Amino acid sequence: MGEELKVIVFALANEEYGIEVDKVRTIERMTPITRVPKTPAFIKGVINLRGVVVPVLDLRGRFGLSESEPTDNSRIIIVAVNDLEVGFIVDSANDVIDIDTDSIDSPPEVIGGIKAKYLRGVAKLGENRLLIMLNLAEVLNKNEIIQLEQLED
Amino acid sequence: MDMNAYLSMFIDESNDHLQSLNENLLRLESEPEDLSIVQVIFRSAHTLKGMSATMGFEDLASLTHEMENVLDLVRNNKLKMDSFIFDTLFKGLDALESMVQDIVGGGTGKADVSPIVTSLQSIVKGDYKTTVPAAGASTHAKDSNVSRDANENMALDEFQISVLKHSMESGHNVYHIQVAVKEDCVLKAARAYMVFDILERNGEVIKSDPSVQELEQEKFDRFFSVYYISQLPEQTLKEQIESVSEIESASVTILDQESMSLLSRPSTAEATAVSAADSSAPSEPAAAESGSTGRTANAKPAAQTSAGAPTRTIRVDIERLDTLMNLFSELLIDRVRLEQLSSEIRRSDLTETVEHMTRVSGDLQNIVLKLRMVPVDSVFNRFPRMVRDLAKSLDKKVDLVISGAETELDRTVIDEIGDPLVHLLRNSIDHGVESIDERIAAGKKDTGTVNLRAFHSGNHVFIEIEDDGKGINRDKVLSIAIKNEVISAEQANSLSDEEVYMLLFAPGFSTADKISDISGRGVGLDVVKSKITSLGGHVSVTSTLGKGTKFSIQLPLTLSIIWAMLIKLGSEKYAIPLSSIVETAIIKREQVRHIHGNRMIEFRNAIIPILSLSRILESPDFDEEQETDTEIVVIRKGDKWAAVMVDEFIGQSEIVLKPLGKYLTNIEAVSGATILGDGQVALIIDPNALIK
Repeated sequence: MGEELKVIVFALANEEYGIEVDKVRTIERMTPITRVPKTPAFIKGVINLRGVVVPVLDLRGRFGLSESEPTDNSRIIIVAVNDLEVGFIVDSANDVIDIDTDSIDSPPEVIGGIKAKYLRGVAKLGENRLLIMLNLAEVLNKNEIIQLEQLED
Repeated sequence: MDMNAYLSMFIDESNDHLQSLNENLLRLESEPEDLSIVQVIFRSAHTLKGMSATMGFEDLASLTHEMENVLDLVRNNKLKMDSFIFDTLFKGLDALESMVQDIVGGGTGKADVSPIVTSLQSIVKGDYKTTVPAAGASTHAKDSNVSRDANENMALDEFQISVLKHSMESGHNVYHIQVAVKEDCVLKAARAYMVFDILERNGEVIKSDPSVQELEQEKFDRFFSVYYISQLPEQTLKEQIESVSEIESASVTILDQESMSLLSRPSTAEATAVSAADSSAPSEPAAAESGSTGRTANAKPAAQTSAGAPTRTIRVDIERLDTLMNLFSELLIDRVRLEQLSSEIRRSDLTETVEHMTRVSGDLQNIVLKLRMVPVDSVFNRFPRMVRDLAKSLDKKVDLVISGAETELDRTVIDEIGDPLVHLLRNSIDHGVESIDERIAAGKKDTGTVNLRAFHSGNHVFIEIEDDGKGINRDKVLSIAIKNEVISAEQANSLSDEEVYMLLFAPGFSTADKISDISGRGVGLDVVKSKITSLGGHVSVTSTLGKGTKFSIQLPLTLSIIWAMLIKLGSEKYAIPLSSIVETAIIKREQVRHIHGNRMIEFRNAIIPILSLSRILESPDFDEEQETDTEIVVIRKGDKWAAVMVDEFIGQSEIVLKPLGKYLTNIEAVSGATILGDGQVALIIDPNALIK
């Protein structure tokens, strides 16, 4: 048995992702977002989180998925990593579960390359449910974003 | 001049410095080899000295100066710390503490510290090791002197214990008198005054509990007690006091040596500190013992300080203010929502209530927003006196010209900026401004001018200190830097003037030919730099040889309230700091000229560039090309102007600057964000970035 890990489960384009609960500050409903010019497209802007200005990313955009219009289920997950406080827009967030760290496998090789860095592993939940665990520090790593942009150019 | 305005600041700061001196000295005692601790102690002592001298507490300043001399030797490896030095320094600290206590209690902070000074001087001379017993004897011999000195200054409470002891030795009676006022007494303060009047006629009151001030303000219950020296017999004294009407009883106890020593122990920690400070205590072992108890009791006087400080200001953790501010922003959002709801529901009593709440929360908003902001004047206003005294002691004539004192700065910055500014001003006056003869020889006015300016620019506050003195001598700076091994001779040739000037801020650098008590120990400028860097700002120097030197401090507006013009670009709102707006206007499309590929307009007889904010900010739903009339905001950076085209003016508003967070850094043309009344975030335009 490995250690128990509490994770927040959220959905993004039919897939389920997990973030350790201790990295999550709050989960908010969609609020008006102020656009910040001259930033990568996936940075949606900033919101007022109880008096603090917090930047918000669209995780779909960050992961290179097609962006969609927010729905009633859309949530902003506010995470804090290495004293960075950032919000993630996700399709929905409605579950907290315990997983065993042993059940997390390293990400499949296929994904490979730079993009895989922000994936910590895949956790199997029951028979047909897979949970993609994120490496938050890498999700927020700006150097990697710059590399990605250079690749696209 | 009224010193009260900054007395509480002085007390707060000296307590902080004493606390840090105590802590670091204790740390040093356990790690005597760590010279970095000596540096910290030295800086604290140096600052404390400067502050005390500024406030006119000469005894405090001179004692600190002696302690500093010792520390200077230690710092330069010329002296090894040993237990005697530690003990003496601790005694010195205790004496400083009790002087500050005296100032807190409304006293003058004067004290006879000659025994400690003698010990400190003997340490500097290096002869203390051979003369320790002799010094003990000589202080013994001076006992009568000290006691006479102390007797002349009975009001001093640092010497209460020793005064009482010496009085006993010289045959006076020492009494502890407890007076009870009648329960139905109306004018308690007056009665207490009458008792004191009687006592003063026949002897001296050494200490009263509660203090005389408190008695005068009737801040006591029914009892007060005094320590009193007199020749009168016990019974006469009792009768005299009880003859005052409405005095219920007076119990008079005569004190002897034994009860004295008992009393001095459980009495206040201050008394312990006093006995520790008093190295002239009759018996040597007792002196040693009180030295150590004085140290263990260090925490106590500090705790007392916080309780006893003047209550006109309180210090609040900035984090609490932040929380308050954030909670208030929340409230604001709900208020706007409520207003909207009540206008929909149209019930008069609801509307009235909401309107009242709006007014109250408006006032509350003003207070909350201003809580953290303090005009820089609260730091500046103690400088004129300091400059005057300094100029006098250096025999120079100096005018201090202050401008921009109303510039508001975040409280955190204000708290920290005082010391660096003191150092820089002292530096300018000591090293910058020449003596009267030199000035006349150089063909200048005999009075030097030091300009102290503060102003907002973009999202920074600048504080400049400019003198019209002799300027910085590049060669002299370089030769000293090489001598002090700050840089090598090879490096020296390749440095630009600015880089050479920055050497002044290197640790251990000083161009003073001799050590004065003003500056020139090589602390100061490096403290200035590290302090300002820790505030996220930076300092620069420009100088012209023979004309003068300018130190410029740039500080970030981490959190501050500024006036801004709110504007609209389509659906988006932005704020432009009012400080960089020259004016607003409406122009016609055809007024825009194309000059060499750049768009310009004629404005007040000048040709200035015109910029499209919607292009710079990549506005999704506004393009001024569609309009025939365009609103423009004319902004400036220094003496350069530019016009910025916007969609619509919303109005002026006081806004709170908020950082965009660490994730979003260096966003072009945006200096921060603010939260508008409706809870929405608006970005703040950085006009400095728009003008190239």
